[in-house]
Amino acid sequence: MMGQDMTQNTGTPLVELRDIHISFGGIKAVDGVSVDLYPGEVVGLLGHNGAGKSTLIKCLSGAYMADEGEIYIKGERATIRNPRDARGYNIETIYQTLALADNLDAAANLFLGRELTTRSGMLDDAGMEAETRKIMKRLNPNFKKFKVPVSALSGGQRQSVAIARAVHFNAQILIMDEPTAALGPQETQMVADLIHELKKQGLGIFLIDHDVHAVKQLCDRASIMKNGQLVGTVKVDEVTEDDILAMIILGKKPAHLAA
Amino acid sequence: MTDTRTTPPALPDDGGLFARFLRATEIDTRLLGMFGALLLIWVGFHIFPGLREFVYALIGSVFQGQGSLGEAVAKLNPVTIWGEGVFLSPRNLWNLSVQTSSIGIMATGMVLVIITRNIDLSVGAIVGVTAMIMGLLQVEWLPPLLGLGNPFIWIITAIVGLTLGACIGAFHGWLIAYRGIPAFIVTLGGLLIWRGAAFLVASGRTISPVDSTFQLLGGGPYGAVGAVGSWIVGVIASAAILWMLYAGRQSRKTYGFPLRPIWAEAFMAAIGCGLVLGAVLLVNAYPWPKGIIEQYAAANNIVVPEEGMFISHGFAIPVLIMLSVAIGMTLLMTRTRFGRYVFAIGGNPEAAALSGINVRWMTLRIFALMGALAGLSGVVASARLNSATNALGALDELYVIAAAVIGGTSLAGGVGTIYGAILGALVTQSLQTGMVLIGFDTAIQQMVVGGVLVFAVYLDNVYRKKAK
Repeated sequence: MMGQDMTQNTGTPLVELRDIHISFGGIKAVDGVSVDLYPGEVVGLLGHNGAGKSTLIKCLSGAYMADEGEIYIKGERATIRNPRDARGYNIETIYQTLALADNLDAAANLFLGRELTTRSGMLDDAGMEAETRKIMKRLNPNFKKFKVPVSALSGGQRQSVAIARAVHFNAQILIMDEPTAALGPQETQMVADLIHELKKQGLGIFLIDHDVHAVKQLCDRASIMKNGQLVGTVKVDEVTEDDILAMIILGKKPAHLAA
Repeated sequence: MTDTRTTPPALPDDGGLFARFLRATEIDTRLLGMFGALLLIWVGFHIFPGLREFVYALIGSVFQGQGSLGEAVAKLNPVTIWGEGVFLSPRNLWNLSVQTSSIGIMATGMVLVIITRNIDLSVGAIVGVTAMIMGLLQVEWLPPLLGLGNPFIWIITAIVGLTLGACIGAFHGWLIAYRGIPAFIVTLGGLLIWRGAAFLVASGRTISPVDSTFQLLGGGPYGAVGAVGSWIVGVIASAAILWMLYAGRQSRKTYGFPLRPIWAEAFMAAIGCGLVLGAVLLVNAYPWPKGIIEQYAAANNIVVPEEGMFISHGFAIPVLIMLSVAIGMTLLMTRTRFGRYVFAIGGNPEAAALSGINVRWMTLRIFALMGALAGLSGVVASARLNSATNALGALDELYVIAAAVIGGTSLAGGVGTIYGAILGALVTQSLQTGMVLIGFDTAIQQMVVGGVLVFAVYLDNVYRKKAK
């Protein structure tokens, strides 16, 4: 069985979240969930709104800290207190709400928090713009608006800035929170191509999505959550879309999958 | 979809000469508009007295039978109208520059505060309390320790004032960032508390006169750098402008970005250096008053010749302080990480935090910087007045906020410039001085400044909509 998989899920996983608990004022948002991710693999996180998938992943991106549970990166225990720590482990996040500063241009957003500086410690704006032009040429050759605030860009252009930011800083673990939610069909295809490209380069990607169809296409495995708990993790090749939908809605594995 | 054809194009034709000129020089149209408004205000105040003479004469001749109609109409002569004006005299403009410095210094800091979606209502009270502490320090506490007129007194005093301002600001920032109290409330409380504290420390007395060296920081004939000093400042500033244009061009070349046409570069250089050298000529055209010259001559054993002596004021020290602050703050905002983060927090605080920016620490530092600038403003204001009074800095917060907002800082956050704030301060102060010159009461002055503030924000809204 193992040998036929697209990914060789042997050896040390890139990320391991073990028995994570997060609660907000008595409400258990995440209740003892464990998931893992291997290099070159895309793992989908599915579930209804409020199922806890975004909350779970935020303890990996550094937005929240887990109340209980452990995070292992490449087999070693990791402590992630804030987004800066997460970056230290080469974890990059692309948020659903496109975490861009609308009033800054593409280069300023791409390098936000990690600006290039000249020898005198001043911002090297020209250098950052040149670098941004290089990256965008690769990711989105049609991108031309380098001098305007990103508020003037289309949804797809903004998404490509967000992805460029994640990719440029040698991310090994990428978290994408509904990356195609705000995009048209063509732009969605662009993001899909990009995900395949990143997979080939050996990145591990967590993809949070509602869209079962997209998950079937893009992911290797899918972890389904309901009411803060993990329903199960399946290989998408071995299940139908209906199986996954059943897990999302009923909150339990279909009989023929339950081992 | 149906009504797209009816909407007129928002921007003028791309091929227009003016549009092409703006694109080549990369001049901000907003900046141009502010200069235009300022010029309009200045010329308006200058010709107002002459026009008023004409109107009075006209009314007199038509309704009251005093003088002939011809005499009245003769007063419309542009030369006489211009000659009646006092606003555009070296003396008035020099005074205007000094009056602008205190508000202008604080307005540069308010830009940062407003960009990050906060507000600081306490700056006037911080001016009051720092000036009062500095007054006591240099008049009552330090002289017995160091001896009257000790050259260290002014330095210690100024440092204490700046530090005190920074500490108060940092405390406000801590309450806002780490204790979650809205900036409006913290600084409104601060306004009352520090104003009260200023009264309390000196039991409501006026502390005067300040140390003689300290006094120079506020301007006056001695508190200016003179003709030669002003030329040196002017030449250095011009050289800096030329160097910046050159360095900018080199950097564009290095990365293969499009270059400005040479004529546009030359135009910018000419405008920049022209403004600087024009300012030098202006401040050097304002001579010391007779009394000061006699005093100075007597002190230095100079015989004043029969026809009098012409000693130029040159740039006032507080104006140079303001300009240095403006340059420093511009560098901070445009060339450093700190400035980039200020804009990022204003644009999207959540994104800033997710990018690893410590938003709380930034907020604390921004308020500390604002406090330090208010302390510096306290130095300038009390030095200029040669005393620390209870009313010092009263209502300054409103003029400072008005200056920043008129200068294009958006209260929604994320947008603002330092030069805009300085120009905004110049606009509010021009209005005030101008109205004093033509004899409007304080009541009308306040109403006009208030009206201009609201109108400026409206214009800005219109401009931004069009720019989109």
